[in-house]
Amino acid sequence: MMRPSQRLAVGLLAAILVIGAAPAFAVQPDEIMADPVKEARARELSKELRCMVCQNQSIDDSEAPLARDLRLLVRERIAAGDSDGQVIDFLVARYGEFVLLKPRFNPHTLLLWLVPPLALFGGGFALWRYSRRRPNPTKVGADSDLSLTAEEEARLERLLSAESTPDRRT
Amino acid sequence: MIAESGHYALVLALGLALIQSTVPLLGARWRDAALMNVARSTALAQLLFVAASFVALVTLHVTSDFSVVNVYENSHSLKPLIYKITGVWGNHEGSMLLWVSILALFGGLVAAFGNNLPLSLRAHVLAVQAWIASAFYLFILITSNPFLRIANPPIEGRDLNPVLQDIGLAVHPPMLYLGYVGFSISFSFAVAALLEGRIDAAWARWVRPWTLMAWIFLTLGIAMGSYWAYYELGWGGWWFWDPVENASLMPWLAGTALLHSALVMEKRNALKVWTILLSILTFSLSLLGTFLVRSGVLTSVHAFATDPTRGVFILLILCVFIGGSLTLYAWRASALKQGGLFAPISREGALVLNNLFLTTACATVFIGTLYPLALEVLTGEKISVGAPFFNLTFAPLFVPLLIAVPFGPLLAWKRGDLLGAAQRLMAAGIAAFAAIAVAWAWTYGGATLAPIAIGLAVFVIAGALCDLAERVGLFRIPLSISLRRARGLPRATWGTMFAHAGLGVALIGIVCETTWNSEYIGAMKPDDVASVAGYQLRLDGMTPRQGPNYREMVAQFTVSLDGRRISVMTPSKRNFTTRGASTTEAALLTRGASQLYISLGDTAADGAIAVRIYHKPLVLLIWWGPVLMAFGGLLSLSDRRLRVGAPKPAQAARALQAAE
Repeated sequence: MMRPSQRLAVGLLAAILVIGAAPAFAVQPDEIMADPVKEARARELSKELRCMVCQNQSIDDSEAPLARDLRLLVRERIAAGDSDGQVIDFLVARYGEFVLLKPRFNPHTLLLWLVPPLALFGGGFALWRYSRRRPNPTKVGADSDLSLTAEEEARLERLLSAESTPDRRT
Repeated sequence: MIAESGHYALVLALGLALIQSTVPLLGARWRDAALMNVARSTALAQLLFVAASFVALVTLHVTSDFSVVNVYENSHSLKPLIYKITGVWGNHEGSMLLWVSILALFGGLVAAFGNNLPLSLRAHVLAVQAWIASAFYLFILITSNPFLRIANPPIEGRDLNPVLQDIGLAVHPPMLYLGYVGFSISFSFAVAALLEGRIDAAWARWVRPWTLMAWIFLTLGIAMGSYWAYYELGWGGWWFWDPVENASLMPWLAGTALLHSALVMEKRNALKVWTILLSILTFSLSLLGTFLVRSGVLTSVHAFATDPTRGVFILLILCVFIGGSLTLYAWRASALKQGGLFAPISREGALVLNNLFLTTACATVFIGTLYPLALEVLTGEKISVGAPFFNLTFAPLFVPLLIAVPFGPLLAWKRGDLLGAAQRLMAAGIAAFAAIAVAWAWTYGGATLAPIAIGLAVFVIAGALCDLAERVGLFRIPLSISLRRARGLPRATWGTMFAHAGLGVALIGIVCETTWNSEYIGAMKPDDVASVAGYQLRLDGMTPRQGPNYREMVAQFTVSLDGRRISVMTPSKRNFTTRGASTTEAALLTRGASQLYISLGDTAADGAIAVRIYHKPLVLLIWWGPVLMAFGGLLSLSDRRLRVGAPKPAQAARALQAAE
């Protein structure tokens, strides 16, 4: 078993893809539920929940005792007939939002959730504006703009002859 | 003595870097060739001294000189030689020394092979390199000196963390650093261009090979790290969206975007301002990664606050370089003239689209990695952002990008024909739908999205092949002529084909592994048989064994398929005496591109051992993909046009500008 301090040392190492990791594995044989459907649900839920003493590991991946407790708790709730949402609510009520690996959408996480779409659409909008502001070669003087000048033709000729075989598009 | 020499060499390197960061700039200002040429000699001398310093540290580790703190804390006299050497960069101080060594190596390469650069550009580039180098030499000498001595040397060292005693870790950090630090060259070129206020297509021609080289190393470095995590950490995961991984993914995404935008700049003299910005951002993200990993801020904001010396120092470096270069950019970028008009539907347009998606993906990783830190610092509230968040946000960004990939190379520069490109991709589209149908029928009733993702991957691969077929006129002209054309195609074209196909290959691996992975978890006793994905695995028994610096318990499994014995697998659990730590050595059996994976858990009181067995279909494609991408990069790097075109910059640039 690795102690947390050692795990910390691993995590700090180089710019390495080291994941505060542990040799033993997560779900133990004695934890598995008899009903495979319920077990599958428990596994899926476990992947969404954080082992709070680990570095960015889900309870499904972690071998820490706390992760085991949480896995057993999840299975207990499932066995008691809770829905997935109820299990999550139960754990959040007990341990706070920190336990969720995918934060809920609320005022605190607004920016987190909005940055990806804003970057994409904002960037797309900026590009659209930019392409409209600049003269568009497909509309403005297509012939003069798109056909090569004598100088460009000459240069193209030179470049092409420098290569062993012509490649029309590059 | 060796430690002191190493330390002294590092101080001398700092002195040289300080000269290199000022004198050439004065030379450029006064138009004094002799002063500008100082940069070349100092860069080479710096490389010499840093290399001496690095060799000194390696020597100390190899000879197990425990009077040096760094060796005492990370080595052991019984450790195998290879891990004594790799242990040099398996710790903070040593890895920072590796960082500056690689920085000096790149500086030296520019000095040695940059003869065709204009003198003032080379002087500027090397001066900027020296600024970065000076900052990191100071960081090492002030906060992280690897050559510190212990007054009363202990007899034995504390050994390297066992998880890191692995061949994957021997190669992974240097690769990654070659990538990270390699981007410093494009950064220096960008800052030099801003300082000089001049940039042309030739600039992109010089920058592209360096960016490409860094990108190849980073691609391989990330892939290797991922494979290491897969087989060493013992639960078969290969990507965890861990902040440390994200720190390497961000420069990769930005660097990939840079590679493509530099292409537009080189060929069409467009996107100059954007390419400069991307060069700055890519290296800034490398610096950010170094900060995240080295400062300890990831482990906990509080740990960072209690021992802030290192963290604050790197944060300062980060602020000065990122803030400074962005300010310079804001100030000078408007002076750079834009050139090269193009229609939205064109090769340039496709590459702009690529940049939009890659930078958005990069921004997503950035916000996901830093948001929890920022929120905790600002409000004290703790949230987690993990794999489920990234999977949810990343997929929608990559799907349109992957659909667009095959179209790009088929569009002409300036103004493309989307319909024409679509027609030429007909075969790829048919192949994709066939793949969806086959995958859907094969896994009838299973996952619905996975077959579509497979189809997308096939589309990307077939699209890359279509592009190639189109270029050589396959089936339209006699085969012999096609073959001759194929041989004559520029290597860069082949490079594009391999890199794009690699993307599809990796996607197939990712989809298959995540969707159709089968797993067996159970407690097994000798002669028990487990069945996974049609394979029978029989536990024959367990034997203890003594290794050089560990003891291990080896389990032997006989693997059979349909009653026929195929192979034997021997996973083990190692116990490292010095640190009292244990590792799981997973056993892997490769069948084509698929793998069987066994990892051992704890032994119960009744003698049964916890066993986890996976069958991971086509899992190896996840890493073959990046290898293909890197191979494509290498082909592109070897293209003679990258070397031939460079020496005659100014005329070429003028010709292009005159045309527009």
